[in-house]
Amino acid sequence: MGMMAYPQWYGFHGGQWQRTVDVRSFIQKNVTPYDGDEGFLAGPTQRTRKVWAKCEELLLQELKEGILDVETHIVSGIDNFAPGYIDKENEVIVGLQTDVPLKRIVSLYGGTRMAKSALEQYGYELAPEIAAHFSEYRKTHNEGVFDAYPKRTRDARHAGLLTGLPDAYGRGRIIGDYRRVALYGIDRLVDFKKQDLEELDGPMDEERIRLREEVAEQIRALGKMKAMAARYGVDLSQPAANAHEAVQFLYMAYLAGIKENNGAATSLGRTSSFLDIYIQRDLDRGLLTEEGAQELMDQFIIKLRLVRHLRTPEYNELFGGDPTWVTESIGGMSINGKTLVTKNSFRCLHTLTNLGSAPEPNLTVLWSEHLPEAFKRYCAKMSIATDSIQYENDDVMRPVYGDDYAIACCVSAMRVGKQMQFFGARCNIAKCLLYAINGGVDERYGTTIVPGIEPITDEVLDYETVRANYDKVLAYAAELYADTVNIIHYMHDKYAYEASQMALHDTHVERLTAFGIAGLSVAADSLSAIRYAKVRPIRNEQGIAVDFVTEGEFPKYGNDDDRADDEAVYVVRTFSSELKKHPLYRNAIHTLSALTITSNVMYGKKTGSTPDGRKLGEPLAPGANPMHGRDVNGALASLNSVAKIPYRDVCQDGVSNTFSIVPDALGKDEAQREDHLVAILDGYFSQGAHHLNVNVLNRETLLDAMDHPEKYPSLTIRVSGYAVNFNRLSREQQEEVIRRTFHTAV
Amino acid sequence: MEYDFVIADRLGTHKCPDGVFLCPGGKEISLIGHIHSVESMGLVDGPGVRAVVFLQGCPLRCRYCHNPDTQEGCGTAVTAEELTARLLRFRPYFKRGGGVTFSGGEPLMQPEFLSEMLRRLHQAGIHTCLDTAGAGKGDYEAILANTDLVLFDVKHEDPDDYHVLTGGDILRPQAFVEAVRKAGVPMWVRHVVVPGLTDGEAHLAALRAYVETLPRVERVELLPYHTLGVEKYAALGRPYSLEGVPDMDKARCAALEEKWFQPWNRRV
Repeated sequence: MGMMAYPQWYGFHGGQWQRTVDVRSFIQKNVTPYDGDEGFLAGPTQRTRKVWAKCEELLLQELKEGILDVETHIVSGIDNFAPGYIDKENEVIVGLQTDVPLKRIVSLYGGTRMAKSALEQYGYELAPEIAAHFSEYRKTHNEGVFDAYPKRTRDARHAGLLTGLPDAYGRGRIIGDYRRVALYGIDRLVDFKKQDLEELDGPMDEERIRLREEVAEQIRALGKMKAMAARYGVDLSQPAANAHEAVQFLYMAYLAGIKENNGAATSLGRTSSFLDIYIQRDLDRGLLTEEGAQELMDQFIIKLRLVRHLRTPEYNELFGGDPTWVTESIGGMSINGKTLVTKNSFRCLHTLTNLGSAPEPNLTVLWSEHLPEAFKRYCAKMSIATDSIQYENDDVMRPVYGDDYAIACCVSAMRVGKQMQFFGARCNIAKCLLYAINGGVDERYGTTIVPGIEPITDEVLDYETVRANYDKVLAYAAELYADTVNIIHYMHDKYAYEASQMALHDTHVERLTAFGIAGLSVAADSLSAIRYAKVRPIRNEQGIAVDFVTEGEFPKYGNDDDRADDEAVYVVRTFSSELKKHPLYRNAIHTLSALTITSNVMYGKKTGSTPDGRKLGEPLAPGANPMHGRDVNGALASLNSVAKIPYRDVCQDGVSNTFSIVPDALGKDEAQREDHLVAILDGYFSQGAHHLNVNVLNRETLLDAMDHPEKYPSLTIRVSGYAVNFNRLSREQQEEVIRRTFHTAV
Repeated sequence: MEYDFVIADRLGTHKCPDGVFLCPGGKEISLIGHIHSVESMGLVDGPGVRAVVFLQGCPLRCRYCHNPDTQEGCGTAVTAEELTARLLRFRPYFKRGGGVTFSGGEPLMQPEFLSEMLRRLHQAGIHTCLDTAGAGKGDYEAILANTDLVLFDVKHEDPDDYHVLTGGDILRPQAFVEAVRKAGVPMWVRHVVVPGLTDGEAHLAALRAYVETLPRVERVELLPYHTLGVEKYAALGRPYSLEGVPDMDKARCAALEEKWFQPWNRRV
């Protein structure tokens, strides 16, 4: 295709983006970096106040009832639902998942059993004809997976070695490049896809056949996207002509994705600085005021706060608090050294002031030492006020992913529209260590999960012996894990393909398979205990170590002590390199994360007592966090330990760390607290650390909120990689959060 | 890096008389310090983000002391070299005016070790703070040569009340103040406000008059008394003489600070 030209592009600087789909080129040519402060920001308009007031009522009601409503007569689909509104005359940005705000969609393509159990939990019943259709004529992802799973996978899954696998729910973590719809319009995107399909010719091997079918699906999905938007009176066929259309088009593209799919994480991408280009153009032309610009962002964010999926109780146990991970990546730097912070980066965070704090969208600041000072301070200020922001290190991600990547879910970076991810949940490496001690036999069930491991019968555990066995267990687990995840994504592509999201990717997309680990600190501390103290297993009649007696002191992960921290590094390096030995479905690239979300509670339940002193059933520490109470040398020592977990080539899907501090300990006054938080973030990330959740709150507030949730309807806290309304966590999850280390003044 | 308890194993630790630090052989070893702990992130003890070293041992017995576990005993033995290496790991966080604070206990009770630590940190370009009540053993010139800021904990301005509150003699901090005056090191004055004990207007007026005589005071902080350390007394099997005294109201404390010491605090 030659040079494209549209009147809607008036005033933009031209470039490569006019020849092919290249949003990055458009941003680079047109973005206006902003290094000033927040002084320009405007409050909410009357219209925004009205719309949000209605939402607040609904949200409060939802909090009480669990869910507000479910559509039981229609299943998920891009254009399956009638248009819905909150307050039509005051809504500047329109579009809801269903015809009523907060009414949830049933998705059956992932698995009917799970959907039915979710409906039952809340007292709903699926329309009989739909139930019949899916049980009689249609096979689901879940059924496909279980047809293919080998016995070793089923056993490992049952024992809790592999948990939370997306084999019964939508895999998510796919970010469509929703900006493309605003920049090019649907018609042009369809033309490009048609051209791709035509070029996808040659010997019809499995991959080419599959891709041809997928691209055809994508083209169909783009058509449906356009039809869905048309029902709202929005014409997506041509590029957006102004800021209002840019926001609206982008949202419609996103909305198509969440009508079609219920993936665990349905992230937004990196949209705020893209939208700034349109907003700035309208401001410069006098077509928009600052109030109007903020209104667009406020109303856009309101919509994102209403995203809902129907989840099962089992799912909530893994990922507590009804998260949707509408992750928006803000800020960061260009590879040429220019900042990508714009006024709209501020506007996006300012929604927390205009609308109050909230867990979604999952606002993620891409931190760099080189970010403008005023922006750093503003982020710190908003973190302290709302506990709603997470930080990820742009300086370590940019060299790997370039300067147009975004975060999916919590920590997973991918180049927008160029890469997608196969989400692989996680493997319990604390349990792996118990298998190393117990000859591959599960400590709770007494069944062999890892074959060929010699049980250790020593009275006192010997580090070298344990480590040799651990290496073998990790090697076995990695192979099993890779095989299992391959099956899942083969079936997900086959039975629950995300056509609308993939339509907004390049046809020849790069795939990342994201493995994960749970129990990092428990594994590290246990190895350290075995190495530096005397650990005696207490064995049951079957010879399985069901508890441990540890004599003497041992260094613990989280104190900036290399002896313990090196054990953690050894574990992630070993597991990562073992995973890389196994080829992946569709030639995906292996990545690994230390991220648990709230599943550390559930994984802990399934894990026996460990040599570090943790007892059977007690939670693991979340993500890459040190175990609470064991980091006794203060927060910086704790941060330094986590900063040692290597990102590049090892944990390249993210190293999650959650940091909670009481306000009084952070500084005496507001200015000091901001300054200190900026220094902490700079110091942590300058060491190559990857991720930090920041909470500035008192433990007493949480304790009070447990008993009096009505007093804190919007109490938001950051958990592992996302923010959550505290009241939406289970009691168990709440208690675990409260047990965690809160850094206090001394 | 080998850390504290390994060193402790090597050197052995044993109970020793209050304020005197004996190591195996009964000889004082200058470059070995006795620390209670390191808090890697202190954000309220001096400017910026700071690592705080709590040195073990204090000659005072302040009635409200919330760290009685730092008063007696040997703590953990650590060499200056090892402690420096450990502190330098926190350098990335010190960029915005942070650094290292020595607190205690009474840090001045280990003068040689303290001077050596301050010297090493200064050599590495790290900002240093000394959080002290001025109840030391001398050697102040060497200590202050590498001290950027003194956080001077004024227990009381009146000699009798000082004694009643701390069990010590006010002449001791006065000697330290003279050394600070001579060295020209700036000072932040801190004072703990205990309800019914040090929150009276007459006392605060006298305190203010006293502060006016001190050299290079850049800031005056009134610290509200809290009861968080009370359980430590029970654990140590010691009686707590302020039993029943409530926490100082933070807002009232801030108001008193504003009322009496605003001129200093505005300057910074």
